[in-house]
Amino acid sequence: MLLVPCPNCGPRNAADMRYVGESGPRPDPNTATPAQWRDYLYTERNPAGLLRETWYCRSGCRTFFVVERDTTNNQFVHGPTRVTKLGGKA
Amino acid sequence: MARAKAAAAGVNPKAKASAKYSAFGLISRGATNTSWPRVWRDVPLKKTYDVVIVGGGVHGLACAYYLAANHGITNVAVLDKADLGSGGSGRNTAIVRSNYLTPEGVAFYDRSLDLYNTMAVDLNINVMFSRRGHMTLAHTDSALRTMRWRAEVNKLQDIDSSVIDPSEVKKLAPSLDVSDHARYPIVGALYHPPGGTIRHDAVVWGYARAADHHGVEMHQKTEVLDIVVEGGTGPEGKGAGGKVTGVRTSRGDISAPIVINCTAGWATLISDMAGVSLPISTRPLQAAVTEPVKVFLPTVVVSGSLHVYVSQTDRGELVFGASVDPFNTYNIRGSLEFTEELAGHVLELMPGISRMRLLRQWSGLCDMTPDYSPVMGITPVDGFLCDVGWGTYGFKAGPVSGEQMAAAIATGQTPTLIEPFSLSRFAKGDLVGEKGAAAVGH
Repeated sequence: MLLVPCPNCGPRNAADMRYVGESGPRPDPNTATPAQWRDYLYTERNPAGLLRETWYCRSGCRTFFVVERDTTNNQFVHGPTRVTKLGGKA
Repeated sequence: MARAKAAAAGVNPKAKASAKYSAFGLISRGATNTSWPRVWRDVPLKKTYDVVIVGGGVHGLACAYYLAANHGITNVAVLDKADLGSGGSGRNTAIVRSNYLTPEGVAFYDRSLDLYNTMAVDLNINVMFSRRGHMTLAHTDSALRTMRWRAEVNKLQDIDSSVIDPSEVKKLAPSLDVSDHARYPIVGALYHPPGGTIRHDAVVWGYARAADHHGVEMHQKTEVLDIVVEGGTGPEGKGAGGKVTGVRTSRGDISAPIVINCTAGWATLISDMAGVSLPISTRPLQAAVTEPVKVFLPTVVVSGSLHVYVSQTDRGELVFGASVDPFNTYNIRGSLEFTEELAGHVLELMPGISRMRLLRQWSGLCDMTPDYSPVMGITPVDGFLCDVGWGTYGFKAGPVSGEQMAAAIATGQTPTLIEPFSLSRFAKGDLVGEKGAAAVGH
C-alpha cells in the first residue's frame, strides 16, 4: 500500500487518490503545434528515481497537489504542494 | 588441461550443439540416469557484432532466432543484465490469445498464435501449449457491448470468437457462480476457443537453444551501461539524427551498427541512453499462485470488472493475475492489499475454492503506453530499434514481434504487420486504441 501525503487530509491510501501523472510545464494550447501538444500529452520521462508527479485527492478534499517521489522505493521526498493554477499535466 | 584453459577463458568445454530432443532420448536418459547437456554455449564477449539485442527475454531471443533462421544474420549478441527469461518472460501468467479489439491488433496477435501453434515442431521442444479456450466474463451491459464489438472484429478476420450467455459459461466452467445473486452477476462472456496457456520458460529456453544452434551468442549478467550514438542533435551526440555505433556494457565495450531495445520495465532507461524519449510509464503487475489441486477449471477465465484472470496449470495450481498498479514505479514489492482484493474477487467468481491457500505472489514490470499498443520498429536514431511498450500483452506477442523485428532489420523496411505500432504514431496522433481488449480494467 502506498500512503500518499495529501496537504489537507494527511497520508491517505493511494486507492483514495487518482494518480494524475508526471508534472511538468504545459505548452500554450494557442501557440503549440499539434506535434508539440502530442509530445506533451504522450511522452513520459518515466525516471527510475525522483519523479515530480500530480495526485488528485478523489475521495477526500478534492485537491490537486504535487509531490516528489522516488520511484525505486516509493518514498515521498518533497511536498505536497497544492496546485494553484493550470499548467501541470491534468 | 585443455579443459582448464577453456574454463579460464570462459568457454564451456562441452560446448557443442546439443542433440535433438526426442522420446527415445528422454527414455534412454531416464534409464541410464545421465544428465542433460547445456543447451546454449557460454562464449567470451566479442568486440564487434552485426546486431546487439538488449534484453534476453522472449522478445529478444525470438528476434535473435528469426534473424539467424529466417535471414542468415548470425553475428548477433543477446545481452541481459540478469539471466535469460528472468524478467517479464518468467513473471507473466502464460496466457495466449488473439481476440483483440483493433484489426491491427487482431492480425498481429493471431500471427503470434500461429507461431506458438507450430513452435514445438519448429524449435524441437515441448512448450506444453494447451488450447483450452479463453473466456472473458462480462458483468455489465457496457462490458457486454465491448465484447460484441470485439467478437465482430474478430470474426471479420476469421478468428474463432463469440459472445456466449451465462448458461454456456456454466457449461464451460462449472465452478463459476453464474447466479444473479452475485454482487457482480455474470451476464455473458466473450469465448475464444483458440486461446490458452503455454509454458513460458520452455518458450524462452526453446528460442535460446535454437538461436544458439544457429550461432547466436547469449551473454547473461552483462548489463548495458550506455549506448554510443554519434551525430545526433542532443547532448553527447545522441538523439534524433544520430547513428548508433555500439554499446558500453559491464563487461566491456562492443561496437555494433544495430542495437535493439527488447526490454520490459527498463525500456525507458535503455532508450534514454540513445537519446530517444518514449510514451511509456512503468507500472508493476502482481500475480499469485495457489497450492495444487485436482483439475477443475478447464478454460482460462478473465473478469475485467473484478480485475482478475485465472487459469489452472497442468500441475493443478491456480494462477491469478491482477491489474497494474495505478501509479508509476519501478518497485516490484508485493502488497497485502493486492492479496486481499484478489481473494475477495476470486471468491466472488468461484465461492467453492474458499479453503484453498495461496502459495506465493510476485510482480513484474509492465511498460504501459497511452493506447495499450506496443512501440515497435525504427526510432529517430539510425540503427537503434525498439520492441517495447508491451504493457500486459508482451508474452503473447513474443514470437511474432521477434519475427517481424528480424524482418525489419534484415530488409531495412518496416513490415506491414508492425507498421501501425511505430513510435511516430504518437506525434501524428495515429493511435491504435487497444485498451478495450485489456484482460482486466486498468
